[in-house]
Amino acid sequence: MGFKKDVHFSKNLPRLIFGATAALTVFSLISIFLFLLMSGVGAFKEIGIKEFFLGTDWNPTSFHAPSWGILSLIVGTLIISALALFIALPFGLSIAIYLSEIASPKMREILKPLIEMIASIPSVVLGLLGLLFLAPLIAKIFHLSNGLNALTASILVAIAALPTIASICEDALSSVSSRFREASLALGATKWITIKKVVVPAAGSGLVAAIMLGLGRIIGETMIVLMVAGNSRAFPHSFLDPVRPMTANIAIEIKEVVVGSLHWQGLFAIGLTLFLITFVINLLADILVHKRRSYEN
Amino acid sequence: MKIRGYLQEVIYFSIFRGSAFIGIALLFMVLVLLFLTGHSVIDWHFLTSFWQHREITKGGILPAIIGSMYLGIGVMLISFPLGIGTAIFITEYSKNSFWRKIIQLAIRNLAGVPSVVYGLFGLAVFVNFLSFGTSLLSAILTLSIMTLPWIITASVEALEAVPQKFRETSLALGATHWQTIRKIVFPAAFPGSMTGGVIGLARALGETAPIIIVGATFYLSSLPTSPLDKFMALPYHTFILATQHSSPYASSYAAGTALVLILLTFLLSLGAITVRYYYRRKKDW
Amino acid sequence: MKKIILFSTILLVGVFVFIFLTLNQSTTPKKESLVIKGSDTEVQLVSNLVEAFLEKNPKADISVTGGGSGVGIAALLNGEIDLANSSRKMEDKELEQAKNKGLEIREFILARDGLSIIVHPENPIQQLLIDQIAKIYKGEITNWKEVGGKDEKIILYGRQSTSGTYVFFRNFVVQEDYSPEMLNMEGNQAIVDAVKADKNGIGYVGVGYVKDENNQPRGDIKIIPVAQDEKSEAVSPLNSEAVKQGKYPIARPIFQYLPHLPQKNSLLERFLRFEMSEPGQEIIKKAGFFSINEEDEQKNQQFLKNIK
Repeated sequence: MGFKKDVHFSKNLPRLIFGATAALTVFSLISIFLFLLMSGVGAFKEIGIKEFFLGTDWNPTSFHAPSWGILSLIVGTLIISALALFIALPFGLSIAIYLSEIASPKMREILKPLIEMIASIPSVVLGLLGLLFLAPLIAKIFHLSNGLNALTASILVAIAALPTIASICEDALSSVSSRFREASLALGATKWITIKKVVVPAAGSGLVAAIMLGLGRIIGETMIVLMVAGNSRAFPHSFLDPVRPMTANIAIEIKEVVVGSLHWQGLFAIGLTLFLITFVINLLADILVHKRRSYEN
Repeated sequence: MKIRGYLQEVIYFSIFRGSAFIGIALLFMVLVLLFLTGHSVIDWHFLTSFWQHREITKGGILPAIIGSMYLGIGVMLISFPLGIGTAIFITEYSKNSFWRKIIQLAIRNLAGVPSVVYGLFGLAVFVNFLSFGTSLLSAILTLSIMTLPWIITASVEALEAVPQKFRETSLALGATHWQTIRKIVFPAAFPGSMTGGVIGLARALGETAPIIIVGATFYLSSLPTSPLDKFMALPYHTFILATQHSSPYASSYAAGTALVLILLTFLLSLGAITVRYYYRRKKDW
Repeated sequence: MKKIILFSTILLVGVFVFIFLTLNQSTTPKKESLVIKGSDTEVQLVSNLVEAFLEKNPKADISVTGGGSGVGIAALLNGEIDLANSSRKMEDKELEQAKNKGLEIREFILARDGLSIIVHPENPIQQLLIDQIAKIYKGEITNWKEVGGKDEKIILYGRQSTSGTYVFFRNFVVQEDYSPEMLNMEGNQAIVDAVKADKNGIGYVGVGYVKDENNQPRGDIKIIPVAQDEKSEAVSPLNSEAVKQGKYPIARPIFQYLPHLPQKNSLLERFLRFEMSEPGQEIIKKAGFFSINEEDEQKNQQFLKNIK
């Protein structure tokens, strides 16, 4: 009797311990969402969702009455996202095509890790180099007074997101079954035609997933924009205007808020918005990737 | 027609090849530019002495290095066991149910949430709710939560890659579930899991936004001796040298600090990638 | 399932117990310590003072962080720090909040600043009136030719809203919201660097960032003399005599705030006295700022006298 019980307990002990760690982890991760919600929801109530998302002026410490509209911040995020994606996508796709279809296996082994290493560059370092070198360069090229604008920031953010996009595109391309390629070449198509009309379309949803994950990375970038995007409150009109994305705004203003004040809640509301946007984008990309995998199996 | 097709191919392929090499060139350009701006300030003294505020040419970044080291060790101690334990539970002990898929989905996608949002969370929970204040502990906990999804995802992938046959054979030979995991499955998954962990760690060490929010300092007179002390860290130090210090040498010191930081993250990442490569080769399944 | 919950609760409790033990261990002070946060204008100055102070008091543990006066005041109200650096006076509503939290805020005058208007060295402008500066920063004057310069758009550089300098300059000079086109820079140094590189830029910074102890400009920057109105003489912050006589229009005291009256002979009291002393004021001058005048000193002595 006692013997059976002992066996049963020690058999279950590892399961309990691991289960406990898993429970602790899941608990912490859920609480991220909960705390953001708790800290920020008051802002939605007091400011009103319409005013919050559609108001064009975010000026909580205004000389006159404070204004709480994050539209210019959202537009700032959008401009940088669009521009950075515009740069990083063709670039990343080209690199992926090269690595997956053209490079010799030995080349691929050397180059792929090197491209991945770009992801290890801390964003504050990219921001520093932007301040010291890229911003003055952009200023010279476009005859501007200074290079602190959306363009400079977007170039650097594109560099930061490049490894993500290239790596996932490469995964998508190389997982296209070789039968597709062989069949196409057997029918007389050149390698290029094969890539353009067979492999890339076949990798379709994987590439879309890469774009979305890259986008998630771009939207979440904080330090680069903090250092080189100019951060002015004005509504941006062009790529050469300074912008103030949501991430930079949080990093700038969070230190001056008194706990629990409306400004505090407002910033958490922005954080919540960011959380939801990036989480949903990642989720959709994830579903796409998994749909592909099961389709292929 | 054939010639036109051939020409197209040559052009496009050169573009693709060119892109890859431009990408690599960017990497080297970053290192070279940093080196040129910052190497002059780096010497033994720079790496081992305290920060001298009034004459920054006489001081060094030891507190920032130590601070980052403490952060790294702390994050490792907390997130690695938690992450690996969670991964083991998910793959080995739970039924392949709807809930498991949902939880895995959620964890994978938390890795994509911006670091500044984690900073906010850390501020609300560790600095304020638990009253740890802006301290080393708050920063370690915040960065650990940030690194968790990364480690869990990498470990789950590594564990799932171990062929089911291994487990079945082991159990058939009479081993218990736990013995199987401990002696067969986990060792096989260890390299992949560790690689993910180290890359996540390198990323955490390079993050500035969360520690701006949760608490690094500008000037510190002594090294932190308890988790509740204030601390300095390499990324934050680089940031303030780049934007807030008035010495004419500040840019080169910022670059020097950045150089030390990037060497640290690169060594970690390169090490992890090399280990993964080596083990992939060695893998015979 | 139930067992897992039980186990994880035990683990959670264990983790918290560990954390609280560490907490308790650290709240018994092994060393005297001071946590100082706040103004970016003051952060380097105060770091220099701390460094000098520690030479005579090596056993103390002092940390200084910047971020802006708003950061310091918020931290003070949140009960997180011992001393807040602020380049602006605390607002009434902040003092209200402090009272509600049971704090008895004390104000200490650290030094005097002549907030400087800077432009690129090649900018031909020789002086500006307060009114012109206000219109420029409001966005009503947008071209340098309107104030006698080249036909170029004026690029505005300023601080973030966390900055006491931002608030002071807005309330005292601009008296209106800043133009939304203003670029919000991270700190005084960021403004200096930006204006150095921008031929059409204009910025406002604490004098310590552009003037050295010999009243010379630090590096390649042009400091514009400011006149109160058309009838007055334009005065430059480099002219320390004029500043002492109160002739520079944008002069201001810069402060430190305490949550309560310090204990007698505490580290905080000793540090404050050091800041007021000869060596302390020398460091302030070396950092480019101006030392406190007699009136300031009297105000400080008033509250220091109350320390028992």
